[in-house]
This record gives sequence, C-alpha cells and structure tokens, in this order.
Amino acid sequence: MRKVKMAQPAPAAALRRTGRFSIARSRETRVALLFVAPAAIGFLTFTLVPAIRGFYYSFTDYNMFQPAQGVGLANYRKLVADPIFWNSLRVTLEYVVINIGIQTVVALGIAMLMHRLTKSMLVRGIILAPYLVANVIVALVWFWILDYQIGIGNQMLAALGIHRLAFFGDGALAIPTIALINVWRYMGYTALLLFAGLQMIPKDVYEAAALDGASEWKTFWRVTMPLLRPVLSLVLIVSIVGSFQTFDTVAVTTKGGPVNATRVIYFYIYDLAFNRYQFGYAATISVALFVILAGVTLIQLRMTRANQSDLS
Amino acid sequence: MTNTSPVPTATARPAQEPVRPGLSIIMLDKKRRVRRRISKTLSWTVLVVLLLVTLFPFYWMLRTSFSTNGDLAANSGSLLPAHFSVNGWKRVLGLSTAKEALADGGSGASLDFRLYLRNSLVVATLTTVVQTSFSALAAYAFARLRWPGRDAIFFLFLTALMVPPIFTMLPNFILIRDLGLLNSYLGIVLPNLLMAPFSVFFLRQFFLGIPRELEEASRLDGAGYIRTFFSVILPISNAPITTLAILTYITSWNDYFWPLLVGKSESVRVLTVALGVFRSQTPQGSPDWAGLMAATLISALPIFILFAAMGRRVINSIGFSGLK
Repeated sequence: MRKVKMAQPAPAAALRRTGRFSIARSRETRVALLFVAPAAIGFLTFTLVPAIRGFYYSFTDYNMFQPAQGVGLANYRKLVADPIFWNSLRVTLEYVVINIGIQTVVALGIAMLMHRLTKSMLVRGIILAPYLVANVIVALVWFWILDYQIGIGNQMLAALGIHRLAFFGDGALAIPTIALINVWRYMGYTALLLFAGLQMIPKDVYEAAALDGASEWKTFWRVTMPLLRPVLSLVLIVSIVGSFQTFDTVAVTTKGGPVNATRVIYFYIYDLAFNRYQFGYAATISVALFVILAGVTLIQLRMTRANQSDLS
Repeated sequence: MTNTSPVPTATARPAQEPVRPGLSIIMLDKKRRVRRRISKTLSWTVLVVLLLVTLFPFYWMLRTSFSTNGDLAANSGSLLPAHFSVNGWKRVLGLSTAKEALADGGSGASLDFRLYLRNSLVVATLTTVVQTSFSALAAYAFARLRWPGRDAIFFLFLTALMVPPIFTMLPNFILIRDLGLLNSYLGIVLPNLLMAPFSVFFLRQFFLGIPRELEEASRLDGAGYIRTFFSVILPISNAPITTLAILTYITSWNDYFWPLLVGKSESVRVLTVALGVFRSQTPQGSPDWAGLMAATLISALPIFILFAAMGRRVINSIGFSGLK
C-alpha cells in the first residue's frame, strides 16, 4: 500500500503538457460535479443553510406560527440574565464531569485488562453490546432496574440493609445516576478505542522497560500513558463533545426534573422550542452551545496537543 | 523515552548479587511467576465481573419480559421470571385484546410494535442505502478526481462535523414542516439522506489508499471515469462500504431526537419514539414493565442479529477511523 502511494501518476503528468489535457480535465470535472452533486445538495439544504438560518433565528422572536420578528440582541440579553439557562449549564457540566471522569478511567482499565489478557472477539463483542442498543433502551432498562419500589437495584440495597434510594426522584442523585447509566453504555466502546490505541504501541518499548526493571505501575505511567496520549486525547474530545449533548436518557426518564435538577442544556433547548414555542430563544441557546463546544474543543486541542505523538 | 529509565541500576544489580547468582535468579523467576499468575487471576476476575455488569441488564430485560406485572411487584427480587408468561410480548405485538391487556397491568391503549418495527426498518434501510451510496460517490470525487474548488468544498464538509446537531435540527424542523413532510417517512429520513460528513470522510480516507495504477489501467482500456468507479473501485471497496453501512444502520436505528420531532404520528412512529410514548403510559401508577421490557427487546433484537452476523467487521472497524 505504502509503496504504491508514493508512485506518481505519470500519465496524468504527461497529459498536462498536451492539448488533450484540457478536454480530459473538463470531462473529469463534469464527472466529479455529478458525483458530488447529491451530497452537496444535501449539505447545502440540511446543514449549511439551516446553520445560517439558526444563527438568524437567534436574533428574532419566533413562535413557529407567525413570521419571525427581528429583536436584535434581546435574546442574548435574556440569556445572560436567565437563571434556568445558567442552571442548565451547571447541570450539564456536572453530568459531563461525572460521566467522562468515570467513563475514561473504567474504559482505560478495561482496555488495559484486555490488552494483557485476551484478544477474544467474544469478550470484545460483549463489551461493545451496550453501545449497540439505543440510548432510549438503555435508559428504560436502568429506569426499571433502579425503580424505587420494585427495581432489582433497590431490592439489593434493601437486602444489604441500606435504605432505598430514589435514583431519579432525588435532585442530588438524578444527574449522577444518569451519568453512570451512560458510563455503562459507552465504557465498552471507549475501551475498544483505547484498546486499538494500546495495540499500536510497539512491543519493543515494553521489552526495553522490562529489561530496565521498571515495575508495572511505572511502565504504565512512563511508557503506556505518554504513548497512548494522542489516542486518549482524541477519544476525550469526541466523548466530551458528545457528553455535552446528552438528551435521550433525560427525555425518557426524568424529563428535566425533579424541578430543574436534570434540565441539561440540550433538553432545555428542546423544551423551549417544542413545548413553549420560544423558537428564537431556543436558537440563541443553540448558538451558545455551539460556542461552548467549539471552545472546549480548542482548549483541549491546545492542552493535549492531540495531533502530536510521542512516538517518533 | 529510553533516557528516563534506570539504565545504571540494571547493569549494577548483578554485581550486588550474592555468591550463587544462578540459583537466586531461578528463585526470583519462580517468585515472579507465582506473582504473575496471581495478578493474572485477579485481572481475569475483574474482567469477568465487568462482563457480568455489562450483560446483567440484558438478562434483566429478558427475565422481566417473561413475567407478569402482578408477580413482578410481589416477587421483585427473584432472578428467574416472576410467574413465566408471554403476555407481555403478546401485548406489545398487538396480539391481545384491550381487556386482557388491562387485566395484565397493561394500559389497554393500542400498541403495535410490529408496525413500529416496520417503520424503523423502512427508515434505517432507506437512510443507509441512499446515504452510503451518495457519500461513496462524493468521497471518490474528493479523493481521486481533480476539479476546481475540491479541497475548499471538502473542508466545508468537514466543518459540518463540528456543528452540534441541534443547531441545524431546529431550522430543519421548520423546513420539513414548511415542505409539508411532518409525519412522513421522507421527513424523517431527508436530513440524513443525501450525505453524512463522517461517511464521506471515512470513505475518502479509504479511496486515497487505493493504488492509482488500478484506475489508470482501467482508463487505458478505454473506460470512462464513471465506469472505472463502478467496475474497479467499488468491487475492491466492498469491505469498508459494508462496515460503514452497518454503522450507519445502527446509528439510524437508534436515533431518537429527530424522529421525535418530525415523526410522532403512529403511522410513521419508529421504535425509539414508540418506546418513549409507551414509557409515559402508566396504567396502574407504574409503567407496564413486562410489556416495556418485551418492547425494548423487540427494538434491540434486529441490531443484535446484525451484530451476530457482521460483528467482526464492526469490532474491527473501531479504531481511529471509526471514531463516531
């Protein structure tokens, strides 16, 4: 593969100097445009134009039934003074920190275990299973397992002599519960990504470390982690951005409650637009989310130098 | 990397060993082997526990779906089905009468997961086939054809990966509504039908790695660009395209937010939306758990079948290109 990539397309270079070139070139362009056209139409209609419209709506008062009315920066002023928005941001952050913190550690543990013990497809298949089913399904199963009265989770707590917990009904527990449910869904998938990263670390680095008498603990921190860093930071960026956009689990379990305890930002936007018909304001919060995510990505890229590897 | 490790100690150690270094090395070796075995057993134990934690909820779905609601409440701790029954399944498949459903703790409202299953099949299949095809065409144009503006447009496509979906979904909802496509299959599939930035990116990456000689040979034989694509490139791209199609199918099957916005009416309701509706019906103070778990299994089953048939591909695709 690599050898061939380096070979230059000689005939094309030869063509370039002849008159036939322009004819061949224009035919190539026509075919290319034909190939790109459907995707480009899809991109324009359902991504680019809506993105611009979304930005425009953020400066309007729009209830979806009457035409949008321009209101300048009013929505943005409202956003700055909206306690529910700031609360939703805080709740989302709490969710992201718990979710990503635990998920990354657990996934790294699973990846290390698999790297050490087995490449079995069965193990990898099982570990991936939760990721394959819908968020909605995962949410419902755990909603049932953690049911206050007859869920098996609370039955176990009761059997252990601990009092039952209202996992979804207690404002202090609801976000950690939802965060952990999604740890369960994504830990295997994240582990497989990290596992693939571990497999890329050359064996001789470990042999050198073993020869030097480095303990496993030391090898992990001095060899594995630095070499895994590019993969780890890429995984972190993708999972943090995804985590900020959590919606499904909240939508089928707590619906933002109790009070506003689980009103994550995505759910707040949905609620504003489709239950309260404040479409313009919902668009404003979407812009804010967009800015936040772009900021998070940039900061992370800076901090982790994701594009650089210590290998080489 | 290498300069951090204690190179001097490694060479110094043999000198500190007592008179019979050979024996002590053997004993050390044995000790180390025992320790390694213990740590290996421990590692396996942890891994197996994690696998059980992963599997338990699936077992619990199965166990609950074959129970009756009355017995679930009375016998909530038993690991086997509480009073084995298939009524939950019959209820969600629309095979029992409203009266029977009510007697079993169901809501008695019409539930037809056969219909929702069909809707999900239509939506996911349509999305996968069309999106993958058009993405492949675009990816090829970006990877191998030369045309003005190619790189700028590809970059623009890539920026779409950065935009949070909700940002475009709100205006898209207005668009679909204005086109009169609310509560239609077309409305549900349209925004994702023609392309997905990830798919274009994924396939372009693969096409870039195909040796140019193959195309040049085909072109020398007199084939045009289009024929070269269909008769040379597509056949050898079978594997990545299939992988991508499976991933797209799963994503589409599991999507909840967009179908929730545009496909609420029963005739086009997909499984995820139907599950959400089902969950909010609480006939006797609490949901119809047995029925609900049967319904979740019906929703998950096709994906598991797909996974059982093609799992190896999916698992192997999860690496760096598979970041999705």
